[in-house]
Amino acid sequence: MPNGNATPLSESATRLLVRPALPFSYVNFIGHHLLRFLRVMYGLGAFVLITLGVLVTKFGVARRVIHPLVRTQLHRSGLRLLPMVIFLSVALGLVVIGQTVSLLTRVGVNNFLGTVMVTVVVRELGPLLTALLVLARTGTANVIELGTARALGEVESLEVLGIDPIHYLVVPRVIGMALGIFSLTVYLILGALVSGYLWAFIQDVPILPGDYFRQLAAALSGLDFVLLALKTCIFGAVIAIVTCYHGLAQPLQLSEVSEAAIHAVVHSIILCVLVDALFILVYLIA
Amino acid sequence: MTAAAPATFDAPSASSPALEMIDVTVTSLKDPARVVVEGVNWTVGAGDFWVIGGLHASGKSDFLALAAGIVRPTRGTYRVFGRALVGGYENELLAARLRLGLVFDGGQLLNHLTIAENIALPICYHGDCAPADAAARVEELLELTGLAPWAGETPNTISRNWQQRAGLARALALNPEVLFLDSPLTGLDPRDAAWWLEILAQLSAGHPIVSGRALTLVVSGDDFRPWQDRARQFAMLKHKQFLNLGNRPEAAREAALLRESPAVEVN
Repeated sequence: MPNGNATPLSESATRLLVRPALPFSYVNFIGHHLLRFLRVMYGLGAFVLITLGVLVTKFGVARRVIHPLVRTQLHRSGLRLLPMVIFLSVALGLVVIGQTVSLLTRVGVNNFLGTVMVTVVVRELGPLLTALLVLARTGTANVIELGTARALGEVESLEVLGIDPIHYLVVPRVIGMALGIFSLTVYLILGALVSGYLWAFIQDVPILPGDYFRQLAAALSGLDFVLLALKTCIFGAVIAIVTCYHGLAQPLQLSEVSEAAIHAVVHSIILCVLVDALFILVYLIA
Repeated sequence: MTAAAPATFDAPSASSPALEMIDVTVTSLKDPARVVVEGVNWTVGAGDFWVIGGLHASGKSDFLALAAGIVRPTRGTYRVFGRALVGGYENELLAARLRLGLVFDGGQLLNHLTIAENIALPICYHGDCAPADAAARVEELLELTGLAPWAGETPNTISRNWQQRAGLARALALNPEVLFLDSPLTGLDPRDAAWWLEILAQLSAGHPIVSGRALTLVVSGDDFRPWQDRARQFAMLKHKQFLNLGNRPEAAREAALLRESPAVEVN
């Protein structure tokens, strides 16, 4: 007999069905979570379209109110995280160089150092690590702030004043996070590339700075710059929209805010990884 | 009187209605699937002073939220100054919405802004101006509500009464023609209650802060007594129905209905 929330079926009914490989409770569990995830994706899709619509149609509206908000968000998602990003960039340079130098030295191909740095740091780890950092520091704060504002009725206050909550609360966060993640990624990559060479120098790797940076320049293409900008801005927009969606899109009680923050983090990570996978496809095709 | 009886009472204003609800169904703001009031037929003339009575959880806040344009009716038609109000922020609807103001129960201010910034927000947003450009109007509103000493404070550092006054100042910032107030007297001491009754009487008669024009007022509350000598029209929400009690003499004739309200029975 199934356990949990499974609905018991009569013997005649089960005879008509193919017996599932898992007990009904597990099937129900997976189905429940899958359906909920699809429902959230459906809601998120609608929220993305609404946000883009507002971003375009209200581009020049209330500049003197919205621009300071964008600057605040840029500060929160960019400048304030710079010390942490520099620390991470030094650590990333150490991790990548420390591991790859020992590997490349073993097989005697030190001249691939620059290529490895570009592939690992510029294309993959740099943007993803920055996005996760911003998600952890600012994204979660977003859900809590907006969820609390929603629970306390501030969204209705904006509506009654004729202020579109998407324009006032979401648009500055989307722009701020997109530009913030893009800028921080640039600093992270530059820091990791420089610290990478320093760690290689400390390990007595026989490579001159000129050769190292020539290798980097040779490994980089114009497409890298374009895709890096695009990817980091999309990461920022995805994190901002997902966190705003979970904080704002449905009526919340104060007790539900923490749960909304957990869902927002999970969905942000899943979507960022999916976006990253799409960009890997672009790299492979290009 | 039946619940869905048409609003036959339009006096004292004989001009075209400011607000008009025809067979409107009101749903809960927090739970859109829950119907709180059905079959509302209601006409508000310019300059009216309505009091909507009802006990706790009778749907007063949801009714005012719909009337102020936050929620759209799931059924029926709601016209504001002759224009059907639906959701969205399209420019043509925005103009109609800005003629309405709502003071929430407790003010519902934006907690990350100071009191002065809260009041300046609608002026700056719709006028696309810096806070300094709205300073004169904000100063006037702070003086009116006695909030000048707390202008630089954030809402959670002042009492609920002052937050509600800030809500009034913010609602008046854009010079609305119709003002909705959700339970403005709840939890006030007699002195503060007297202040609210006096300021609303002045606004209804035409205060300089609203360019001397008689403001149309719709107030909700759980007790008719404070409003008996001030408001001009009365209605009640009960058992998901909107009961139009008409003007004061009519309301007196509906004493049987009034007595059904426990808030009045206490008297």
